[in-house]
Amino acid sequence: MDTSSDSNVSNLALEINDLVVEYRTYEGVVHALNGMNIQVETGKTLGLVGETGAGKTTTGLSVLRLVPDPPGIILCGKIKLNGEDILAKTEKEMQKIRGKVVSMIFQDPMTSLNPVMTVEEQIAEVIEHHESITKEQSIKKAREMLELVGIAGTRGNEYPHQFSGGMKQRVVIAIALACSPSLLIADEPTTALDVTIQAQVLEMMKNLREKYKTSMLMITHDLGIVAEICDMVSIVYAGRVVEHGTLEDIFDNTRHPYTEGLFNSLPNLADRKTKLKPIKGLMPDPSNLPAGCPFHPRCGYVLDICNKEKPQKIYRTDKHYTECHLYSSKSMVEGKVIGR
Amino acid sequence: MNVLSTGSQALGKTAQPKKRSQWADVWRRLKRNKMAIAGLIIFLLLCTAAITAPLFYNFDTDIVSINIPNRLQPPSAQNWFGTDEMGRDIFARVVWGSRMSLFIGITSAAFALIIGGFFGAIAGYFGKMSDSIIMRVMDIFQAIPGTLLAICIAAALGPSVINLIIALSVSFAPSFARVVRAPILTIREVEYIEAAKAIGAKPRTIIFNHVLPNCLAPIIVHTTLAIAIMILITSGLSFLGLGIQPPMPEWGSLLAGARGHIRDHSYMAFFPGAAIMLTILSLNLLGDGLRDALDPRLK
Repeated sequence: MDTSSDSNVSNLALEINDLVVEYRTYEGVVHALNGMNIQVETGKTLGLVGETGAGKTTTGLSVLRLVPDPPGIILCGKIKLNGEDILAKTEKEMQKIRGKVVSMIFQDPMTSLNPVMTVEEQIAEVIEHHESITKEQSIKKAREMLELVGIAGTRGNEYPHQFSGGMKQRVVIAIALACSPSLLIADEPTTALDVTIQAQVLEMMKNLREKYKTSMLMITHDLGIVAEICDMVSIVYAGRVVEHGTLEDIFDNTRHPYTEGLFNSLPNLADRKTKLKPIKGLMPDPSNLPAGCPFHPRCGYVLDICNKEKPQKIYRTDKHYTECHLYSSKSMVEGKVIGR
Repeated sequence: MNVLSTGSQALGKTAQPKKRSQWADVWRRLKRNKMAIAGLIIFLLLCTAAITAPLFYNFDTDIVSINIPNRLQPPSAQNWFGTDEMGRDIFARVVWGSRMSLFIGITSAAFALIIGGFFGAIAGYFGKMSDSIIMRVMDIFQAIPGTLLAICIAAALGPSVINLIIALSVSFAPSFARVVRAPILTIREVEYIEAAKAIGAKPRTIIFNHVLPNCLAPIIVHTTLAIAIMILITSGLSFLGLGIQPPMPEWGSLLAGARGHIRDHSYMAFFPGAAIMLTILSLNLLGDGLRDALDPRLK
């Protein structure tokens, strides 16, 4: 077990261990991340799935060390990028890492481009930051990047407002990939796009991921996108991973009630008579999390122990685990729930 | 790959080849505003007159030389604005005076913009301690009326062009700091600033490439209006004898010189006064027009 985990470590593009991030505001302390654990294997894609406010974006920003400070504080935990400790870096070193080793695609392409710069200038900017080349060369490379994401290079001298939403997101992706980073964090990259454009952009990201052998952290709340693009999935609830496994583990051997709830919230096209079963209630207020398992007030299988003790990790295979009192190591394998 | 290439063709076809920058848009909207264009034309004419004045007049023979037999002539074909009590052509002196007034107004506004803009940008972008310290110092300056502060500085340093520019820039820097800081506070939270940080951009690049170009609109408007106020204060200080010293003509000192003759030769005061009024009016019209043209909500 030890030797295998060692070889795993060298194979990880990103490893986050027990990360705790708080936002300290006047109204109180917001517990955004409470012991976050994720691992992205080199060349693979991890899907980070959860509701709004679960701490997905905070996780992404922590990797870039861009958690807004104040009020955000990375309290403890480890973030390792290709084996290097990110939290020990100086701000200068971080500037060299951002965009070069790890880059991020933001949620809304409408606002993540500067309205007064042409798109090729914005792509060239990241190239100039990290490679010592002339302005002309970087503009030329920017145009090549545009062609790569399916936009005619001659349109590079236009401004973002002359582009449609889908094309802007392509530009954002071109910026993120311009220096061929080893890790790409995509924060809900298709949420702001309509469905047909979503499919195009996802298809393109898949192709580019293979071309550049990029590892990816896909932040999303859309299980359809997860099925489309991810190898591994981590389900996040209230700043913790509640279930983690391969795509098959999560989709075919769903264990955690929250994951089950997410699937039940999806409309089923084949059977249009069944009613949707949304998860009742709302995400708990992260400044006032319930004791024990944070999901227990909304859980349909709640036990007496749930509001008293925090659940431990229970493994089904060495890749698939969940944090839930409903399972023992044995029932986890069988898929039976204690007390059901 | 197939998907990509067909996608590229489709997108290429729908592309309109016309390139239109934000500034072209602004110019188009400004052109629709007749008053603003009138202001712009008047201001440009005044600037042209100021710049080309040495081509038509010789400072020693036309502007300051005394010609007593010709004194206190009313406006005529010979002397368009008449002559003053030393027999000097008032038109030539008003034109020459515009050199001083416009030069001082524009230079002081530029210095105030550089000083105030620099501190305002630092305060707005970095926030926290730097914001508190810089803005409290600016508050102290703003507690004294700008004109009064300028008078104090001009009186303390003594009357000269350089001192006048120093006095005006220092007393107006705080207002520029505020005007620069306010939009930066909102823009630094915008997602493209976060995106710029995420590609490893340094604070200097972020401020100059991403933040400042996006808050130019209020800065331009404030600068236009500030030039107008500065010209007014320059004239005011010269009128009080703290600005430009005779025999060098300046609109304010021309007015001061006309004070004794205002009952019998009112044209002596009328023309420099009209020049001041016209300049301020043109700048205010231009400033208001720019404010509208630069506001994307009025598109």
